[in-house]
Amino acid sequence: MAGGSSINVLEQFELHPVLGGLGEALRFSQSPLYMIAAVCLVLAFLYFGMRPAAVVPGRLQAAAEVCYEFIHNMAVDTIGPEGAAFFPFIFTLFFFILAGNYIGLLPFSFTFTSHIAVTFAMAFMVFLLTVVVSLKVQGLRFFAHFMPDGASPFLAPLLIPIEILSFLSRPVSLSIRLFANMVAGHVMFDIFASFVVMLAGFGVVGDVFAIGPIAINVALMALELLVGVLQAYVFAILTCIYLREAVAH
Amino acid sequence: MCKEKDDSFNARLQSAERRYGLVKEEKPQVDANMEADRSLAALAFRAGTEMLAGLIVGVAIGWGLDHWLHTRALFLVIFALLGGSAGMLNVWRLVRTMDVK
Repeated sequence: MAGGSSINVLEQFELHPVLGGLGEALRFSQSPLYMIAAVCLVLAFLYFGMRPAAVVPGRLQAAAEVCYEFIHNMAVDTIGPEGAAFFPFIFTLFFFILAGNYIGLLPFSFTFTSHIAVTFAMAFMVFLLTVVVSLKVQGLRFFAHFMPDGASPFLAPLLIPIEILSFLSRPVSLSIRLFANMVAGHVMFDIFASFVVMLAGFGVVGDVFAIGPIAINVALMALELLVGVLQAYVFAILTCIYLREAVAH
Repeated sequence: MCKEKDDSFNARLQSAERRYGLVKEEKPQVDANMEADRSLAALAFRAGTEMLAGLIVGVAIGWGLDHWLHTRALFLVIFALLGGSAGMLNVWRLVRTMDVK
């Protein structure tokens, strides 16, 4: 990452073809590779966790059950009884993002959630789902939400476009939040790691002072572990909130 | 007599459960929004992205309309202002739910 005379902290986000000639031909970069890895990891966790299907769960089964119940409770508590129908979608979304964030923290790996194309695709999927569900549940009354209650009709030409834009900005803010958090975390790792390399150039004094940035990076790793799960949670809970509004009559 | 005893036992049991945090308080629905922003920094960051998102959508729509209708900068100006207002509205909605608490 940070080496040589020039240090480019954004280099880690560049996409390169992987898997040799085959990857070159298919334009297969690290991003889809790590997505597949994340999906396999989550599926393996659930499969091997639930394989014993014991009444008294072992450690892995207990972990899998806790994950299941956590998301199930979140979906049902936030959305209401209809939330159970959206539970598989929210579960997938949460664990895909979580696995992506955590796999990205491993050295030499790639964080696919640090690309706005990926996060926006997910946010736009959520947005389309909420619109479709709203139209199905509420019908044309859905459009009445764009006019605030009790506002003067003279203000309608101003208020309705603002409400519509506010509604349209949801997927954008959802995707920017995840993307910016992941980029910021990984750029900070790189910057502090590059300080270590720079300080190492100053001889013994530099070696001693280089302990500082290393310690900061250790602390940053703890922070990133928190941010990784928090951002996955925020993404999932906001999806739930949007779906709650969609299913409300 | 027996009923009274039961009641006092239940009362003591409940107070003990509450003391040790075993009773889950019923949370109002507004909480979901709060839970997403545990810390102040996260809230500030969220407010920032909400505002930026509104502006981005406004500018994108305005630019698109200008490009399509060949009305240079007219819709861009209008929709940038509307988008900025929408961003403000997003932030206001976010902060308003905090105040209610």
